Amino acid sequence: MIQALAFYMFALTAVLSALLVVSVRNPVHSVLFLILAFFNAAGLFVLAGAEFLAMILVVVYVGAVAVLFMFVVMMLDIDFVVLRQGFMNYLPLGALVGIVMLVELAVVLAGWRAAPYARFPAAPTPGDINNTQAIGEVLYTHYAYLFQAAGMILLVAMVGAIVLTHRERTGVRRQDIAEQIARRPADTVELKKVESGKGI
Amino acid sequence: MPLGNLPYLTPALPEILLALGGLALLMYGVFQKAGDSAAEVLAARRTGWAAIATLLVVLVVVVALGKDRALTFGGLFVIDEFTRFTKVLVLAGAATALLMSGDFLARHGAGRFEYPVLLVFAVTGMMMMLSANDLMSLYVGLEMQSLPLYVMATFQRDDSRATEAGLKYFVLGALASGMLLYGSSLVYGFAGSTDFEALAELFRHLGGEAPQIGVVFGMVFILAGLAFKISAVPFHMWAPDVYEGAPTPVTAFFSVAPKIAALGLFVRLMMGPFGEIAPHWQQVVALIAVASMVVGAFGAINQNNIKRLMAYSSIGHVGYALVGLAVADANGIRGMLVYLAIYLVMNLGTFACILAMRRGGRNVESISDLAGVARTHPLFAAALGLLMFSMAGIPPLAGFFGKLYVFLAAVEAKMFVLAAVGLLTSVIAAFYYIRIIRVAYFDEPGEALDRTLNPEVTWVIWATSAIVVLFFLGPGPVLKAAAAAAKALLAG
Repeated sequence: MIQALAFYMFALTAVLSALLVVSVRNPVHSVLFLILAFFNAAGLFVLAGAEFLAMILVVVYVGAVAVLFMFVVMMLDIDFVVLRQGFMNYLPLGALVGIVMLVELAVVLAGWRAAPYARFPAAPTPGDINNTQAIGEVLYTHYAYLFQAAGMILLVAMVGAIVLTHRERTGVRRQDIAEQIARRPADTVELKKVESGKGI
Repeated sequence: MPLGNLPYLTPALPEILLALGGLALLMYGVFQKAGDSAAEVLAARRTGWAAIATLLVVLVVVVALGKDRALTFGGLFVIDEFTRFTKVLVLAGAATALLMSGDFLARHGAGRFEYPVLLVFAVTGMMMMLSANDLMSLYVGLEMQSLPLYVMATFQRDDSRATEAGLKYFVLGALASGMLLYGSSLVYGFAGSTDFEALAELFRHLGGEAPQIGVVFGMVFILAGLAFKISAVPFHMWAPDVYEGAPTPVTAFFSVAPKIAALGLFVRLMMGPFGEIAPHWQQVVALIAVASMVVGAFGAINQNNIKRLMAYSSIGHVGYALVGLAVADANGIRGMLVYLAIYLVMNLGTFACILAMRRGGRNVESISDLAGVARTHPLFAAALGLLMFSMAGIPPLAGFFGKLYVFLAAVEAKMFVLAAVGLLTSVIAAFYYIRIIRVAYFDEPGEALDRTLNPEVTWVIWATSAIVVLFFLGPGPVLKAAAAAAKALLAG
């Protein structure tokens, strides 16, 4: 009962906030509703017993992606009024995509009804192991080699990007802390005695 | 953390050492003074020598690890005599290619310490590929190898041809990786495992029945992806441009180490998990081999740039090596491994000669630059001539033996068409190899090449020519090692 209630709350909020993401005029509000949608999706994951995915969704999507969106929206000067002009021109194409997706969904559901054995049961929940630990065991114990190798690949990619694009620029002002500390008042400040009424 | 939970690391010791060595070199290089070009060149030279030393140490470790088959990381990683043989070839090739590069990059304004570091990482990837015992470890090894190679191709980043080469290599390499992944996913979907041994077991239980079409489909996709990496026809389009555009030491490295690693992986994959369904891939490999031999022979005829010519030559050589795989028995694999060992020596020697073609401190790379070089540099011309004759497969030089064992295996397996095409294309290929000798000996000399040579390049030229000439005196050890490697592969 509580579960069903929680599900409908999360689902309803997620759908409503998703609708608001595309319909509100202010882009900042739009991003905020996106964050709300992410949170509710995370709630749905918790209900489905995937607490690790829920945490990842919050950490990665809310913590990083949405904040990045927010930065982009606030930093860039995008004229949303111009963007919205001719919005209705996309309606036929958008409607077509929507209809195709609806038909596909219907086919999937029909197939599900026609072939009950295709209805895989949800993955078995092992007794005393939570899914964070399960993922950890797969990733860091069974596939530790692949995990390390993937880390090396990322390092190589980073080195490669630096090799190909990094250039020493001349005339760039950099902060040199040693120089800043070594500065003495005597080198930089000059006292002038200004006689009153005359100016410098 | 209790040590008991650590996986068994000894079989992967060479890879671990190499990766740590690469990281140490990276740290050393990063903390050198930047902005001072003399210091940068010095750091590059030091990292270069340190990288050569690392590669040699790892080579010793690979040999010292012994011949026994060992699995680790839950079956993701394997070592046996086959990996030992191929890893030794890759390490020796990489170390020599690095030795030859000497001050080339510094002279061409790209003397940076990242080059040896990237090379070490690439070699790590190659060794991971060769030790792969699972489609997943195959893929990470392949990517670990490919990424540094894309960067190395563009190492002279201010040179438009090098940039073009790097971009082409990257885009086509990414496409090949995609095909390989798609094929792997199909194989996993239809066979239910990515583990080489599990796959082999599964196909063994088919008992002569045809495998599911999805498996064959996936296998062909994997095959196409790997054919890209070894630049076999029809997936060879990138090779001439990349070979021509990349800096010459990089091209020398490309033509040996990654090729041997990818061919070794190819053989392990085909003979290991897919060995039981050999009839389903043999025609494909045979077709690729024939096409590579033909394109390699005809494509090179009209080339004037010697690096482009070497690209077509290497396509042809891949074709000859694949004849051994198409035969799909111990003899064929042995022939192919011997071929690879000899190809390594000949190719390194030839690229050392190409690196020695300098005029006024800059490297030149057109065949006409060699005109009449026999009169000004008789010893250099003699070494070049020997290497070219060996490439063409003239007895009693080493190149002849490479072809001999491959073709013998093909004839013994009654694959006469392969052997016949191989012989015919060898004759055609001899034309363009001997053309270089004709230019060097009989054309009117133009502007002379530089007299001074890097000592490292000279050593490589002499050492490789000596091996090429003297190989017929004692082919025994190489043959024996290759035979043992082939046997280990088929038993595994």
